[in-house]
Amino acid sequence: MYILYRGREVKNIHKFDVYTEHGGYEGLKKALGMKPAEVIETVKASGLRGRGGAGFSTGMKWSFIPQSEPVKYVVVNADESETGTFKDREIMETNPHQLIEGAMICAWAIQAKAVYIYLRGEFWDVAHELDKRIAEARKAGFVGDNVMGSGWSCNVYTHLGAGAYICGEESALLESLEGKLGQPRVRPPFPAQKGGGLYGEPTVVNNVETLTNVPWIVTNGADEYKKIGTEQSPGTKIFCVSGHVEKPGNYELPMGVTFRELLYTHAGGGKDGRKIKAILPSGGSGPIIRVTEEVLDTKLTYEDLGKVGSILGSASIIVMDETVDISWVAARIIKFFKHESCGKCTPCREGTYWLDKLMDRVMEGRATQADLDLVNNVAKNMAGMTLCALGDFAANPIIHTIKNFPEDFKQHLAPAGKAPTRAGAAD
Amino acid sequence: MALKDKHAKQIEATFAKYPDKRSAVMPLLHLSQQEYGWVSPEGIEEVAGLCEMDPTQVRSIAGFYTMYSEEPKGRYWLQVCTDLSCALCGADKFYEDLKKELNVEDGGTTEDGVFTVEHVMCLAACDKAPMLQCNFHFEENLDMDKMRTKLAAWRAEAAKNKA
Repeated sequence: MYILYRGREVKNIHKFDVYTEHGGYEGLKKALGMKPAEVIETVKASGLRGRGGAGFSTGMKWSFIPQSEPVKYVVVNADESETGTFKDREIMETNPHQLIEGAMICAWAIQAKAVYIYLRGEFWDVAHELDKRIAEARKAGFVGDNVMGSGWSCNVYTHLGAGAYICGEESALLESLEGKLGQPRVRPPFPAQKGGGLYGEPTVVNNVETLTNVPWIVTNGADEYKKIGTEQSPGTKIFCVSGHVEKPGNYELPMGVTFRELLYTHAGGGKDGRKIKAILPSGGSGPIIRVTEEVLDTKLTYEDLGKVGSILGSASIIVMDETVDISWVAARIIKFFKHESCGKCTPCREGTYWLDKLMDRVMEGRATQADLDLVNNVAKNMAGMTLCALGDFAANPIIHTIKNFPEDFKQHLAPAGKAPTRAGAAD
Repeated sequence: MALKDKHAKQIEATFAKYPDKRSAVMPLLHLSQQEYGWVSPEGIEEVAGLCEMDPTQVRSIAGFYTMYSEEPKGRYWLQVCTDLSCALCGADKFYEDLKKELNVEDGGTTEDGVFTVEHVMCLAACDKAPMLQCNFHFEENLDMDKMRTKLAAWRAEAAKNKA
């Protein structure tokens, strides 16, 4: 049973006629017959949590919008740039109308006048196809002026980014959409507040997967949604599985499935039958997990990953087998964050630069234990000190890899007696 | 300049999407790059004029994003993902082999001006590694045999368009 990847059960559901033949836009029709506040209550009651990674209650986010403000916006975050994440792309390619419908239901619920779908620039073809789908919806009266005769008007536009992971951070996204550098804002005010959103107007920013759940929830009701998944993490989740597995890909499953079920029953187990050594459950941003039997039996929910020292986040599950040197993994992830740091705040801009240089030193065999301690120290001085979560994320790959796989790092340390580069000396 | 003459309708449609002209700077930079092959100083001036922005502001935006090239590029811009998931599936070797095949350095352009090759961060195609984007279109599940076939086809097309 698929809520999101319905294309796997219904051939060509990306086509407008097929979509409407299979209940398409019935959710929007039902929502327009409800008061906006009732729609918000339904989504709140469903327990739907943000699927972009933060897992915040979607209905609660919508309820923060001050209804009395005349101009409000919905922004769809289709910037999907986290390493190991490719779920939203498949939604937009295979079930685009359900995303459009979900965004329009959100727009009705907060009485927005426009929806902007911000896609990462590399989704060039995805965006151009999505424009055609939006035009189909407009032609049928589901988007645009006087939506379905309701008297309410709301347009949907796509906007292409141009290559910047940081534009997936909601306030940086808004800056980018406004035609400025994609750098995060000081908060408060938050996007839902007057002064904090798009063009200064109250705005809901939601992930693609989050909104694509909404038509199903409105059509079938909150209670039906709560029957799937767990109490604190209702619904299905798309798990992106990549790396050392036999069958990498997107898997939409009820929340609460275990790592074992996901990786072995569905993704075919370790590549070429090799033992799985480590898992990054949330792309490059979440703490790395050392695989044990206990880990494999852990349920994939927002609430359970904490038990094994990590987070569910975006559920971008990167699998590494016994051939992988985890210090190499740390160095590679740091290169990502150094490249993607927007440069606005000092701890991240300087911190990612130095973490990268220090990890180069480690991987080249020129580091001492003092250098490793310094790397850890720099990372700890970034976490919690930065303008946005990117700085926290960049610290994670260092802190948790060193903690969980110290042996992988120690093997690179310069042998005793050799004169290594003194920590802190210019390279 | 050419952009306003050749693409008046598209420019007008772009401005119509936003309540603020400044929001059009990104789509217009894409349009400028599509038209001229790169984001040139003249292209920046032109976009700045259309968006009623300072050229320095537009230049800072062009420099911030990886998809705007402030240098002329080859006809085919190959961006290979070497981020973690792809690297776990052979992307590093694939990228080395590709550079060797084309006899270019990282970020370089082939002597005949046909290909520019660079490595980039995650392109959301992690289950189809090794992969790349060519002029922002996905090419996935690659190996060097498939790649050589594609390169030959692109070279042929480039030669045809030159003639």
